[in-house]
Amino acid sequence: MLDKSIVGQESPPKTVMAEPGQMKFFAKATGAVDQIYWDEEAAMAAGHPGLPAAPTYLFCLNNFAPSKGPSILAQLGVDIGRVLHGEQRFKYGKPIYAGDEITLQDKVIDAYEKKGGALQFILTETAATNQHGESVGSMTNSLVIRN
Amino acid sequence: MSELNYASINVGDELPSHVCGPITRTTLALFGGASGDHNPIHIDIDFARKAGMPDVFAHGMLSMAFLAQLLTNWVDQNRIKEYGVRFTAITPVLATVTCKGKVSEKFEQDGEPCLRVEVSAEVDDGTKTLVGDAVISCR
Repeated sequence: MLDKSIVGQESPPKTVMAEPGQMKFFAKATGAVDQIYWDEEAAMAAGHPGLPAAPTYLFCLNNFAPSKGPSILAQLGVDIGRVLHGEQRFKYGKPIYAGDEITLQDKVIDAYEKKGGALQFILTETAATNQHGESVGSMTNSLVIRN
Repeated sequence: MSELNYASINVGDELPSHVCGPITRTTLALFGGASGDHNPIHIDIDFARKAGMPDVFAHGMLSMAFLAQLLTNWVDQNRIKEYGVRFTAITPVLATVTCKGKVSEKFEQDGEPCLRVEVSAEVDDGTKTLVGDAVISCR
């Protein structure tokens, strides 16, 4: 049975810097051809104050931010080999640039089962702000656990 | 990338498609490190088999990053207001991913002229692996 008491649970806020070297590594790993994602001069020539974070990079920052407690999946005792990514959505605020300090906070917004518990779904919303307190957007994530 | 001209864009217009891959095991190892997603199901065949899968498979977020490039090849990233996908099938290792997009709606949001673009990613046999949409500001 899925422990529905996790719904509403908020993780302690966690902060991470958008490191330029890591962002360049991401650009390389995803085969980015647009130089603004890995060359500071090209980014500035295009009018950016620094390397911009690619549209899905907030998800990576959430992975890199040091966690201040066990993850939801760890709390539920879920085997990571049974987890699939169901959905992911981003809403954008202020752009994220290399060097920004991003603070993220996760909140579980729903948890439910389908097919008599064979599939469990956990929906999490993550709000993110920069070092100026401005929203850099939010993301929602749906994970599917195969039982 | 060209400047968007809202008036000249029509519902049904297609974005230039964007082909990525093939996704090798090296791609998966690099993306695991680059994205901070260290789930061994994407990089360790022994782990994948124990979990009941025939092989490792690609991170959904790798294809979501490819599909984002379809958008940023077309418009300035700062025009993207929202971007979301459903992961509808697993992307196998060695797949080539073709990203497609089509304007599906013109509307106003918060006083801004906007476009909704339906996006999808598919692998070699035509199986759709990601289906979603993005909202693009034309201000």
